[in-house]
Amino acid sequence: MSALTRIDARYKELGREGRAGLVTFITGGDPDYDTSLAILKALPKAGADIIEVGVPFTDAMADGPPIQASSLRALAAGQSLKKTLAMVREFRKGDNTTPIVLMGYYNPIYIYGVDKFLKDAKEAGVDGLIVVDLPPEEDEELCLPAMKAGINFIRLATPTTDDKRLPAVLKNTSGFVYYVSIAGVSGAATPQTSNVIDAVARIKKHTNLPIAVGFGLKTPEHARSIAMGADAAVVGSALVEAVRTSLDEKGRATGKTVKAVTDLVAALAEGVRSARRKAAE
Amino acid sequence: MSDRVNSLRTGPDESGHFGIFGGRFVAETLMPLVLDLEKAYEEAKKDPAFKKEMDYHLKHFVGRPSPLYFAERLTQHFGGAKIYFKREDLNHTGAHKVNNVLGQIMLAKRMKKPRVIAETGAGMHGVATATLCAKFGLQCVVFMGAVDVARQEPNVLRMRALGAEVRPVESGSKTLKDAMNEALRDWVTNVHDTFYCIGTVAGPHPYPAMVRDFQCVIGDETKSQIMEMEGRLPNALVACIGGGSNAMGLFHPFLDDRDVEIYGVEAAGHGLNKQHAASLAGGRPGVLHGNRTYLLMNEDGQIEEAHSISAGLDYPGIGPEHSWLHEIGRVKYLSATDDEALDAFQLCARMEGIIPALEPSHALAKLEQLARGKSKDHLIVVNMSGRGDKDLASVASYLNKKMSA
Repeated sequence: MSALTRIDARYKELGREGRAGLVTFITGGDPDYDTSLAILKALPKAGADIIEVGVPFTDAMADGPPIQASSLRALAAGQSLKKTLAMVREFRKGDNTTPIVLMGYYNPIYIYGVDKFLKDAKEAGVDGLIVVDLPPEEDEELCLPAMKAGINFIRLATPTTDDKRLPAVLKNTSGFVYYVSIAGVSGAATPQTSNVIDAVARIKKHTNLPIAVGFGLKTPEHARSIAMGADAAVVGSALVEAVRTSLDEKGRATGKTVKAVTDLVAALAEGVRSARRKAAE
Repeated sequence: MSDRVNSLRTGPDESGHFGIFGGRFVAETLMPLVLDLEKAYEEAKKDPAFKKEMDYHLKHFVGRPSPLYFAERLTQHFGGAKIYFKREDLNHTGAHKVNNVLGQIMLAKRMKKPRVIAETGAGMHGVATATLCAKFGLQCVVFMGAVDVARQEPNVLRMRALGAEVRPVESGSKTLKDAMNEALRDWVTNVHDTFYCIGTVAGPHPYPAMVRDFQCVIGDETKSQIMEMEGRLPNALVACIGGGSNAMGLFHPFLDDRDVEIYGVEAAGHGLNKQHAASLAGGRPGVLHGNRTYLLMNEDGQIEEAHSISAGLDYPGIGPEHSWLHEIGRVKYLSATDDEALDAFQLCARMEGIIPALEPSHALAKLEQLARGKSKDHLIVVNMSGRGDKDLASVASYLNKKMSA
């Protein structure tokens, strides 16, 4: 890939600042399109360095109950891949630097049509893709076409990705590597920091790409400890849980919904930013 | 028999594809496990001791070969083709599922995995898995949609009696697809000690091919039995399709016998223009549960809830090899509604003294179309894939509802 994407630029910037980044995940359209767009727009100011927007899917096989539930809320409110792309387009009108990564499962993209999707995603201002059920064995489906279209394809590395397999996983990865810190679904167990640090060091031996760590990070303290060893910390389930707990009894957004998310993001960002300061002290 | 170049039995290719179908669409965490399984299966296939042990258990534990039975009164009833049943309902545990489970549990043992998980719809695969885990001394956890737990209670009790843990799944539509999601979530969490025993010819490669291979005993036996009884191959084969493992097991050994007509029967539920489970008739190619195949979904690629009176067919997808056989036209796929299956259930019970499961009742429902009007030497084999004891309560409640409606 020739041109720098917003993702590449953001990690360079973080490098200059000498700190790790905060990657925040929200599900597009959760709990409804307008509230979700308001959250999305508020995230950079709250402290998100990179934003993952979940494309909801009925059968989120790799996700735990929080993200499953948030996907179903979004779908019930009428969210679709088309609307998720529209959200990104709206967001880009006011922010041309914060990287946006779409995260989800392959079927909605496959049904949308890969070529049409890549064209529309690029135009909307999408910088990267994380597609959970496309391992390197299926690179021809979307990864290679995405690279050609100038969109980063961000691969997941996991505790089961051993040194023998890592080169295959890293081969067509660009933007950054997402290290899934536990063997499990999203939002479940919290990883042992020392294991994560070791794993990041192991992956660094194989690549110069930045490494973001996610799955199971819930609190500013988790985010801080991960940020000591990784290039970015990813928080998702905790944020969609903040959405859920802010809803009224009928599951509708309240005046508290956007703030519930941005407050948590601000605290997480402070945790991440304090990591290197703390380490330097 | 055609040569290998023209054979329809050589799939999948190395990456697990049947045409565009199949593949390995799984999370990275599972990918090394899927590759390990493929390697272990390839080794086991080449090991004569594995086959020998499997044959022993198929004979002495499962009770194979299962009979090929001449359904004399049904034949008279339709007044056309000569109808045979392949009696998979007589296997230990009451369905064809055990053929595949035996192979996979032997493989789990070989791979030194002490814990086995499975998804189940009607519960027959769950019962078979619980049974073989008991026999081989492995821990067994079965995921079953909460809706299915309610409508297949006898099988829940059987699994528990066999020492398995049954976990009701409350997510999504609370049926087979959600049980499969939950099993995948468990597998991703327990990667080191757990073997995932998939019940049908679906999932990531090598499952569709491996499950098919274990089920081919159905078609292989049928071939030699019909040769012995009739001195020739049948004119037609019929089997019901959910994921499609009983059908694939019967069909596959006959794929290269091009004169044999092959019919798969999907569940048309309330009707193909209403809620149903007929992925080929009402779906299109998509990606779910590790493979590309025909799926029921909306225009955004969201998976739709299937419906069938038969819990075992209540799945919005189908094995990838069936999708391929459908597209190349080697197998013709029909469908039968809930009502048609119920009529066939009652007819078979009363005319043959065999209470069929609701799943093969869908295949029986097509005999009207496939047998009536045919000549007396037209031979049809129906795969009687399971027995119907488990369905008596839901059949009774359905019929009561219909009578009071």
